Amino acid sequence: MSELLRSTTDAPTGGWRTATVRKVARRTERTVVVRLDIADRVPHMPGQHYVVRLTADDGYTASRSYSVASSPSDPLVELCVERLEDGEVSSYLADVVEVGDELEVRGPIGGWFAWDGVAPTLAIGGGTGVVPLISMLRHARELEHPDLVCLVAAARTAADLPYSDEAMGDCNLVALSREDTPSRPAGRLTSADLAPHVAGRELFFVCGSALFAEAVSRLLVELGVTTTAIRVERFGPTS
Amino acid sequence: MATRGFIGRKRSGDPRLPPGQYDAGDDWPVLTAEVTPNLRPEQWSMSVDGLVETPTTWSWEEAHALPQSEFHGDIHCVTTWSKLGVTFGGVSVDELLTVAGPRPGATHVLATSTTGYTTNLPLADVTGGKAWVVWTFGGQPLSSGHGGPVRLLVPHLYFWKSAKWVTRLTLLDHDQRGFWEVNGYHDRGDPWLEQRYTGD
Repeated sequence: MSELLRSTTDAPTGGWRTATVRKVARRTERTVVVRLDIADRVPHMPGQHYVVRLTADDGYTASRSYSVASSPSDPLVELCVERLEDGEVSSYLADVVEVGDELEVRGPIGGWFAWDGVAPTLAIGGGTGVVPLISMLRHARELEHPDLVCLVAAARTAADLPYSDEAMGDCNLVALSREDTPSRPAGRLTSADLAPHVAGRELFFVCGSALFAEAVSRLLVELGVTTTAIRVERFGPTS
Repeated sequence: MATRGFIGRKRSGDPRLPPGQYDAGDDWPVLTAEVTPNLRPEQWSMSVDGLVETPTTWSWEEAHALPQSEFHGDIHCVTTWSKLGVTFGGVSVDELLTVAGPRPGATHVLATSTTGYTTNLPLADVTGGKAWVVWTFGGQPLSSGHGGPVRLLVPHLYFWKSAKWVTRLTLLDHDQRGFWEVNGYHDRGDPWLEQRYTGD
């Protein structure tokens, strides 16, 4: 039996709040950034998420969880949302919401997929899975320790990768399966991509679709990473 | 508070859907927070310990030799998807507790997985035909992504309580929070009361 999974025990949890939309902007063809002003909010840790709950006139509600992209020092909370087919919350945020609207939100939530700002970390994201990792990267840069977070961002093309501009530089790697980059030919993320970044890292955050998360976490295990050091956040449908 | 301009999906009106849930249909999302273990049945065992008369461990074969039973019904994830009309097969937790014998004073259970995942439950929520240790889904072996070879099934509570890769139930005289519960999720998790987060 392995040891018990230990969360970041001081991770804060916040209750329901009213958020005011301050900015709405497209990031990629399928993603939208929504910046929220949340009065009296509990400061988040990079990696944590918020729940957005929408209520119709007849009382029907729909709620979904979205990772925070902003760093803790940002006066606003930035969510980056992928617009899903038939996604009743994501399509509302992508197509309907306007600056000045009020939304019901709850957060921050999650003490497992949360970075303490201390542990040397390898963060690997697929597509919009980079969103919580961008919060980690921004925080590390603000701490003037960009080396604490090494980001590996994977997507089909650069246009599919939100925050692709920020994902470049330092020790980071952008791995595109359908496009060559100056540092790497087109192709899926491999063990060889990750191997140079594993040494000296204490925590490994993996975020993406269930298939991506499964593939990447297996690569890490094959590279000798202890399973309890790997923190995974999966999202989306079965396949 | 109504949200400006929000209409939402067509209301299904299905009485099997708890408030705030939607029907995932054929989809079955995998949202596990840890690495999926590659666990062979012969490596797995199930233990019941803590406040019991006879702490007991069953191998895969020994667990299968217990009286089998099935669950037919619905499951509900706190992330708001539900899956309706599903079938799981395995052994009732009642069968395990009949052998182990809860001692007076046992009030809660902590379920532990091979990965180190934990979740807490009142003892009353895993007794009286309400909980199973299951190894089939729809008559087929449970896949590793969904907790195979064996997971806990407590279908009347949100599905994080149904610990994947379950290997141990520890009976306690107090409530001890598990993995998600220390991270802000509800101690009990009744979907009909929308007990999603601490304080709901």
